[in-house]
Amino acid sequence: MGLLSDPNRRRALISLLTRLNAPICVVCYMAGVAWFMGLAFEPFTLRTYMSENAMGSTMVEERFPAGERALGTGREFSAHKKKAGGMPVDWLVKTMQSRGLEVFTQRFSRRLPFPDEDKERYMVKGTNVYGILRAPRAPRTEALVLSAPCSPGDDNNQAVGVLLGLAQYFRNQVFWAKDIIFLVNEHDLIGMQAWLEGYHHTNTTGMDWSPLQGRGGSIQAALSLELSSDVVTSLDLVLEGLNGQLPNLDLANLFYAFCQKIGVLCTTQGKLQRNDWDSVSGYSHAVQTMMLMVMKQASGRPWGDHGLFLRYHIEAATIKGINSFRQYKTDATTIGRLLEGMYRKLNNLLERLHQSYFFYLMPSLSHFVSIGYYMPAFGLLALILLLRVSFQPRLLTTYLLTDGVPGVLSVLTPLVISHLTGVALYTLPIHFQEIAVEHFPVSETEAVVLTAIAVYTAGLALPHNTHRLLTGRGTENGWKVLKLVAVLYLAVLLGCTALINFSLGFILALTLVPVAAFVTPDVPKALSAFIMVILSPACTLLFSVFLFQELQEMPVSFLDGWMLYLSVISQGILDHALYGSLVYPLVALLVYPCWLLFWNILFWK
Amino acid sequence: MSLTGSTRRFSPLVPQENAGQFFSSGHTNNWAVLVCTSRFWFNYRHVANTLSVYRSVKRLGIPDSHIVLMLADDMACNHRNPKPATVFSHKNMELNVYGDDVEVDYRGYEVTVENFLRVLTGRLPPSTPRSKRLLSDDRSNILIYLTGHGGNGFLKFQDSEEISNVELADAFEQMWQKRRYNELLFIIDTCQGASMYERFYSPNLMALASSQVGEDSLSHQPDLAIGVHLMDRYTFYLLEFLEDIHPSSKANMNDLFKVCPKSQCVSTPGHRTDLFLRDPGSALITDFFGSVRKVEITMETINLTEPIHSFR
Repeated sequence: MGLLSDPNRRRALISLLTRLNAPICVVCYMAGVAWFMGLAFEPFTLRTYMSENAMGSTMVEERFPAGERALGTGREFSAHKKKAGGMPVDWLVKTMQSRGLEVFTQRFSRRLPFPDEDKERYMVKGTNVYGILRAPRAPRTEALVLSAPCSPGDDNNQAVGVLLGLAQYFRNQVFWAKDIIFLVNEHDLIGMQAWLEGYHHTNTTGMDWSPLQGRGGSIQAALSLELSSDVVTSLDLVLEGLNGQLPNLDLANLFYAFCQKIGVLCTTQGKLQRNDWDSVSGYSHAVQTMMLMVMKQASGRPWGDHGLFLRYHIEAATIKGINSFRQYKTDATTIGRLLEGMYRKLNNLLERLHQSYFFYLMPSLSHFVSIGYYMPAFGLLALILLLRVSFQPRLLTTYLLTDGVPGVLSVLTPLVISHLTGVALYTLPIHFQEIAVEHFPVSETEAVVLTAIAVYTAGLALPHNTHRLLTGRGTENGWKVLKLVAVLYLAVLLGCTALINFSLGFILALTLVPVAAFVTPDVPKALSAFIMVILSPACTLLFSVFLFQELQEMPVSFLDGWMLYLSVISQGILDHALYGSLVYPLVALLVYPCWLLFWNILFWK
Repeated sequence: MSLTGSTRRFSPLVPQENAGQFFSSGHTNNWAVLVCTSRFWFNYRHVANTLSVYRSVKRLGIPDSHIVLMLADDMACNHRNPKPATVFSHKNMELNVYGDDVEVDYRGYEVTVENFLRVLTGRLPPSTPRSKRLLSDDRSNILIYLTGHGGNGFLKFQDSEEISNVELADAFEQMWQKRRYNELLFIIDTCQGASMYERFYSPNLMALASSQVGEDSLSHQPDLAIGVHLMDRYTFYLLEFLEDIHPSSKANMNDLFKVCPKSQCVSTPGHRTDLFLRDPGSALITDFFGSVRKVEITMETINLTEPIHSFR
């Protein structure tokens, strides 16, 4: 008979699982972590390749000639930007019109829920300027976007210069099959959000913007350019977008193919790829690159202006020019040629990019790990939760039948109170900032962040359970039911999170699964409480901030790290309010209450 | 001298002993069915292939009324074409095979397996215009040229359907039964092209393919300004070979079999002559690629009583 249909064998299997439950869990956990670390090992990765037939092998000879003129335009832009004290709308409109584009502007304004101390803005008003290059012979059904941000100070002037130079060059060609929209957005992500919402006639974030007068058809792909120096030593590709969404891998493949063809040094996560994968330092370099990508993806924030396009199913990436201390410099003409080549290839597209992967991790620009290879790492961690649940058969029904309503209540109460605490964590910080500012000598941003931390800590101290107040009969074992419910809840929560944003799900699983598996009222309280707090979402975030700085080779002292941590929390709340990022509500409304349930179980007796 | 118009050359009077050659093949008219089955801009080379053969066939004398040209997509007017209204077959844009008098009979989505088979077998609805019909008879020599993406035993039409080698063989058998051809030359330039002629069983068929089963046919050269591959290797060398053929050329099929050896084509071109009743060496290239001009030779002197003014 089969293994599972034979009752004797089944009983033997169950008893094996029950006896060896803890060791198997430990083995699974270590296997999951080892699998994840092994993903960066080069023989386990695949080389990137172009999947889209229409974008074939690179063959066009790029002829963009006007790099120096583009830089001159950038300098003009910078001068007018200083004079106008912001976006030089009139000058941009005139310049784009003189290049033969159809130019339109869009005004937008937004009041942030609290001042943004990183970018020093609270009441944001701005204008986006965009010019449409109409395809000479094609119907206006599809479009491509090239954007450069209008940044305060001296940043990104060259990007706008190159954008205008390319616009002039592209205008003289007859082979464009799609409209090309050249966009200069003000206030980076806020302006981009306003433009995208106006283009697609949606209003998801409550921003105020004027409707777009000119449109170009459905956008097939978009590139955002960030260039702040006349020469660059390398080009960095930024892929991570809002909520950890990534563009189709073909876009990264396209960029890499052109980097190789033109001979420009290209990086991802700011790290140059290395050839010595079999040495320890080579492997650790790949691990660092992959960990950076994982952390950026887990944060759920868009890491470039391209990050907001992904939500509309538009494949987009940001190309950043980096000027570091290397001998070989690349000039603006070469960058223009690289972009020209990429746009000619995108011009050949017949349908949206969909042939390659949407879920992947990149330990380097030329290698990738697809979802089929990295998901088992998470699966092994989720398996632990299922193993812990599996050896409690018929517990729930027995409990309900013997203990009745008080039993149910004693389980339900912690659930409700935890979720109410979560709701408090989600809503109180922003709503109480005025009161907090009145009573304490802090700024609004600090008030919001400190309120959040205060609510989080207060949640630990609340009496969650009322079973002592009730009849006190037979609720001694109520914690087992609560644990069952909590473990299942965590498994579903982490599973769904990992499907949408693998990095976030994996990082949360790494810290929460051990908590879920081993907490009971019987473990030593002080030590377990300490470990639980260390593994709680807030501390995970704190450690991640320090790790992130380490990986970027910019380690910070504890005090700086703490200030960075506070700003990360405030940025997270702002991202949610401004662009609809889901990390803050997820953590506040679902992950934190789940963790509180386990805290509850620890202090059941 | 235009590149695409037929060049009129008067055949020199040949001695009587060579006159017999003119009527040795037994056909009285020539037809050509040229099909490109792929669409999309990156399949530019298939359209260029077909147009190259069209150009050669027209230059050697077959008129448009006897050519059925089927092109699945319009490359000349594609929005991505940097040189609109042209289709080039050589890099550096030496040769525009689109020309200015191309006549496409089946265009775009009309190129389907059903239409192709109907053209071959003649089973077209009565409303079909003459230019879309293959009005061959039992003394017609037909050239059939197919190009596109293919595999082992099939050829892909339009990215959504296929024709199998069995269907093609049966279509040719129908043509034989209905006496729609005298001799038929079948050329195919696709990957694994030889699989398409494996199943032929009707007499008087000769077939050439650009590659054997299991081999891919490769494209020739990319053009750096247009951004696509312009031609496939086999047809490129076929075109080169045909450029040297003129209407009175004596080159025969054995020369055609030598076109594009493995060193140039990378794949191994194949041919099949077991169903052909004549010796391939006695079949001239112009029997299929050119048009028969019937010349009557007279041995007597004709006295013209009045001068005849020739009108040009």
